[in-house]
Amino acid sequence: MNRLARFGFYLLCGLIAAFLVLPLLVIVPLSFNPEPYFSFTPAMLQLDPAGWSLRWYREIAESAQWRLALRNSLGIAAVVTPLATLLGTMAALGLRRLPTRPRKMLAVIIASPLVVPVILFATGIYFFLAPLGLTQSFAGIILAHTALAAPYVVVTVGSALTTFDERLLRAASILGSPPLSTFFKVTLPLIAPGIASGALFAFVTSFDEAVIALFLAGYDQRTIPLQMWSGVRDQLSPAVLAAATLMVLLVTIVMLGAMLIARSARSAGTRR
Amino acid sequence: MNAVSPSRAGWALVLPLVAFIVIAFLAPIATMLLRSVHDPEIADLMPRTRQTLARWDGIGVPQMATEAVTADLREASATNQIGRLAQRLNRERNGLRVLIDVTARHLEREPDTKLSRIDPGWSDPALWQILARVTSPWTGQHLLNALDLTVTPDGAMVRQEEARRLYVDLFLRTAWVAALVTLICALLGYPYAYAYAMAAAGPSLRALLLFLVLLPFWTSLLVRATAWIVLLQRRGVINEGLLAAGLIGETGRLDLIYNMTGTIIVMVHVLLPFFVLPLYSVMAGLPTSYVRASASLGAHPVRTFARVYLPLTYPGVAAGGLLVFILSLGYYVTPALVGGRTGQLISNQIAFHMQRSLNWGLAAALGTLLLLAVLLLALTLPRLAERGGLRA
Repeated sequence: MNRLARFGFYLLCGLIAAFLVLPLLVIVPLSFNPEPYFSFTPAMLQLDPAGWSLRWYREIAESAQWRLALRNSLGIAAVVTPLATLLGTMAALGLRRLPTRPRKMLAVIIASPLVVPVILFATGIYFFLAPLGLTQSFAGIILAHTALAAPYVVVTVGSALTTFDERLLRAASILGSPPLSTFFKVTLPLIAPGIASGALFAFVTSFDEAVIALFLAGYDQRTIPLQMWSGVRDQLSPAVLAAATLMVLLVTIVMLGAMLIARSARSAGTRR
Repeated sequence: MNAVSPSRAGWALVLPLVAFIVIAFLAPIATMLLRSVHDPEIADLMPRTRQTLARWDGIGVPQMATEAVTADLREASATNQIGRLAQRLNRERNGLRVLIDVTARHLEREPDTKLSRIDPGWSDPALWQILARVTSPWTGQHLLNALDLTVTPDGAMVRQEEARRLYVDLFLRTAWVAALVTLICALLGYPYAYAYAMAAAGPSLRALLLFLVLLPFWTSLLVRATAWIVLLQRRGVINEGLLAAGLIGETGRLDLIYNMTGTIIVMVHVLLPFFVLPLYSVMAGLPTSYVRASASLGAHPVRTFARVYLPLTYPGVAAGGLLVFILSLGYYVTPALVGGRTGQLISNQIAFHMQRSLNWGLAAALGTLLLLAVLLLALTLPRLAERGGLRA
């Protein structure tokens, strides 16, 4: 490739990268807007410190609604994450021991929540839970979120298992290790990164889920996504920008942390 | 693991999740499918009418059923269900709400009046045929409605009158939007994945490129919709910027959101990572030797790319494209938040009938059709691609 073409190509990629990330960055300064608008005020553009304010951060920190939503979201995810991680890890470990035919069949069943549009699941589970009186309950939301999250755990743990060396199990058993302690001392440490990223997926799936919550949550079960939903659709308050900024910040920190850990693990591996 | 056979241990490990998904996911989906043909609401509100009309031969006005209707309407009034019944029946035929309300109120005053005295509508055989149909809990009506079809009194299946045709168009529009979003994702995602996979990109540039895809991927859908609203709305960052730069006038503000344009822009943003990531994993697995061989045999870089590299990456394009297309078909959150009135897709109509119009049967029928479309695509397209040599 000649230089000009290469430059053009990287410019194009830069634009695509900007398209991906800039929208997320624009909300950060706007969340410090002292006025109830979704745009920059002249004072903000002149970088006048008086034109910037923590008003909306204070509002969400002091709002009983936002606090309740945060508590609910964290509470739901705190049940969904371990449940989905346990069920998903067990299934991923079990799937590879099955003969091909049942394995493929069960894999389709397990993956089905990933393919079917969420709106259909929400519709179905509403019909399903209404006669049981479980709409407007945490139990219903947790049930649905676990079904959505567990397949991700199966996928991530399954891909961690593809690089797993079966001979290690035989070696452990020849050396007299009972199966259970082999699992905890050999298998688990080796697939732990897969389980951890599966758990992260499960947490995010539940924490970010809006559609099921829209159908199943009553006022008392409001979650962060629902709170943002009404902030965007009904009240249009810049408080959602403050919440959104905090969430982008959280994702950035978690991702940078994960990437650094992965890198140091890799370099430690090569050093050894 | 000597004591237990590996396969039995496998079953024991897999079954808890499979059972969970069958109960918590497949059973609800099956309930929705059932709902599209099974609607006991009217039957439950008019139990006597249902029983009598089930035995009716369908000719003339069934005198024996008028007493049953009288009894059912009186009970519905007594239990405050008459409004629901009237509304529900009105959906089957315009005007029935008034008829039911008037009749029920009359019966409250004079419980023993004959129906045909209260309103001449009750002497119309067509009305009784409708009642016979709608009091049966099994119905194909919702599926017909979802396909813009209707049955004439003499039993022929015809298309709805022009003004009431909504859903076939909406399905087609959804498919068209999904195809467009997939195409744009491919055009933007291919060069990006290529830059990422290229050997020339050093490890830190790669890490940056990956970070830039994963950041939006992991960020909440709600946050992304919020961000785009801030950018695209009439008083948003882009319009204000263009205005300040003098490119548009005060009256020339662009309508970039709360319409189909907004839906498409934001859906591309949301789904682009789903195209890039599978494509990248295919590109990363390609040996560089083919490209080098082609170059050393004297092919121009463009020719090498078009004849050697591009065909090798088709499986990744197919996998990413299929994923994006299927996800677009069922997208709900994004159109609901940024689509305004004209940027709505089929999922939004399903939610509308679930939450606002409370026409659950129709919601289930639309959902059934959407599910069929998604499953058909998910099952057939990978196989077609495989036959065409596009194996991932």
